[in-house]
Amino acid sequence: MSKKFLTSLLLTALLAGCASGVKLDDVPVEDKSATSSGVSAQGIGNNANGAQTGVAGVVVEKSASGTGPVGVAHVVFFDYDSFVVRAEARPVIESHARFLQTNKQRKANLEGHTDERGGREYNLALGQKRAEAVRQALSLLGVPESQLEAVSYGKEKPAAQGSAESDLAKNRRVEIRY
Amino acid sequence: MYDHDIRNLNGHHIDMKLVFLRIDLLSWLLKLLVLSTLAVPSWAQFRVEVTGVGMTQLPVVIAPFKGEATAPQKLASIVQADLERSGQFKGLAAGSALMDETSRPDWSPWRQLSAEALVAGSVTRLADGRFDVRARLWDVVKGQEKGDFKDTVSAADLRLSAHRIADWVYQQLTGTPGAFASRISYVTKAGGRYSLWIADSDGENAQSALSSPEPIISPSWSPNGAQLAYVSFELRKPVVYVHELATGQRRPVANFKGSNSAPAWSADGKSLAATLSRDGGSQLFRIDLAGGEPRRLSPPGGINTEPAFSPDGSALFFVSDRGGSPQIYRMPTQGGPAERVTFSGTYNISPALSPDGRWLAYVSRVGGGFRLHLMELATGQVVALTDTSSDERPSFSPNSRLLVYATVFQGRESLMTTTLDGRIKARLAGQGGDIREPHWGPVRK
Repeated sequence: MSKKFLTSLLLTALLAGCASGVKLDDVPVEDKSATSSGVSAQGIGNNANGAQTGVAGVVVEKSASGTGPVGVAHVVFFDYDSFVVRAEARPVIESHARFLQTNKQRKANLEGHTDERGGREYNLALGQKRAEAVRQALSLLGVPESQLEAVSYGKEKPAAQGSAESDLAKNRRVEIRY
Repeated sequence: MYDHDIRNLNGHHIDMKLVFLRIDLLSWLLKLLVLSTLAVPSWAQFRVEVTGVGMTQLPVVIAPFKGEATAPQKLASIVQADLERSGQFKGLAAGSALMDETSRPDWSPWRQLSAEALVAGSVTRLADGRFDVRARLWDVVKGQEKGDFKDTVSAADLRLSAHRIADWVYQQLTGTPGAFASRISYVTKAGGRYSLWIADSDGENAQSALSSPEPIISPSWSPNGAQLAYVSFELRKPVVYVHELATGQRRPVANFKGSNSAPAWSADGKSLAATLSRDGGSQLFRIDLAGGEPRRLSPPGGINTEPAFSPDGSALFFVSDRGGSPQIYRMPTQGGPAERVTFSGTYNISPALSPDGRWLAYVSRVGGGFRLHLMELATGQVVALTDTSSDERPSFSPNSRLLVYATVFQGRESLMTTTLDGRIKARLAGQGGDIREPHWGPVRK
């Protein structure tokens, strides 16, 4: 089947769906997964005749994120090979601490990041150290641990794509996300 | 797939059959569209690119299989490419030889080519749709038959059958089991999407096991080859999943507060070692897949990650910064005092143990570059296997004769295989994005 044909089929189906008020969001997606994060699995592998080659593909969709304090930076930068929160980051961290103390039901994800050099798993551990440094700073300002989670993306989500030192510096960071 | 969905929905919504039939059709079309763009891999085969000089390679002729011209797979070329990638064979052109396993070879043309071994065979479609695959191996020098191969497979497993022939030839001629009938997994990043692929050991026949808008790292094969453990960021944090490949069934096995990563299977497939940050820092834990509380293996504080079981299950290798820089250590599997394994350099990570227990592969920073290194465990002797500068995540073939690893080649993330002497390298290049995070799985039975 050509892609063009599929696209036109899909468009027809979408239009038909709209006309009768069936929203795409309501489309039930088969979920063979134990999690509930919008995952679908379908047997694209050819398992007929007892073939051993089949693999059932799974497609994951984007999960939503919330908003934090308005008009406040949400990124804290770090020096090379450093896990110490810089003094200049203090006002940013204080703003987030105030927001979390006023909004007790809100939770912040402290997402540690590294530059691209080195292995993925080791960078994940380095990013974790940065995230935990920011968690500790927020904690010292009175934010309960229950509102905070320090996690790491390692080098997987660089803010800047280049390899110049200025790019690498932008990637050594913790993002405060809600 | 379609029938299956309808059956599911009918079971729950008998009165709304028609409505749901339509919705189901929509959902099906959506999936089909997504998969039509994602499930068609654009990666070629691992091609041999670097060949060391002065190597001893056995010259072999793999004649085209009778019937392969009309079969779904060209078996002879798959067998020949497998054997050449091993570094131990040199494929000679078979010319226009018309042969199968029943032929009585005329030795003189093959001896003129200096061929030492000859393989011929046939592939025949059976009445039930399956294929009968046969092959025979001859010693050209002695003019003697060396053995027969027979396999009956579905069309989808014809490539697997060709890899089995390569394994059989390899074993016959080297005395060591082959490992071509194995699979590798890897991750691609293209157009803002991450996909986890399962491919034959030659990089072909890739099928998507998972597609996600968030990163996927550290895929690790279960010992029986039916499952993968990996780290997915789809929940906006690293979570370890175990994924049944044939069905797509997956479940989070480590989703604790903080980061969860670096899964490694124990030899019995019943538990994982993984890195959890739930108690602060990055610590090693043992996770029983049947359930129960994870058991901590490393002391609190600092970084302990990238666990790798020794093949005999007695030791756990891992990376720790306890000495001030990342180095590889070894400790008893049940936990206990660790001893340092790497001493040269200030950055040694990503340990991989060969299944025969002889070798430790890892990545070491040399100057500003990250290069694949190999240590002979008995002697502690280390050699660098590459001159590239961004090598990552080595793993061994099941017969301990090849390594697969990720590197950057001409600005593009690629996968490479190398022989353990570093002399024969083959590259799997992405045509539409980056390829990374390879892991070599077990041989399929």
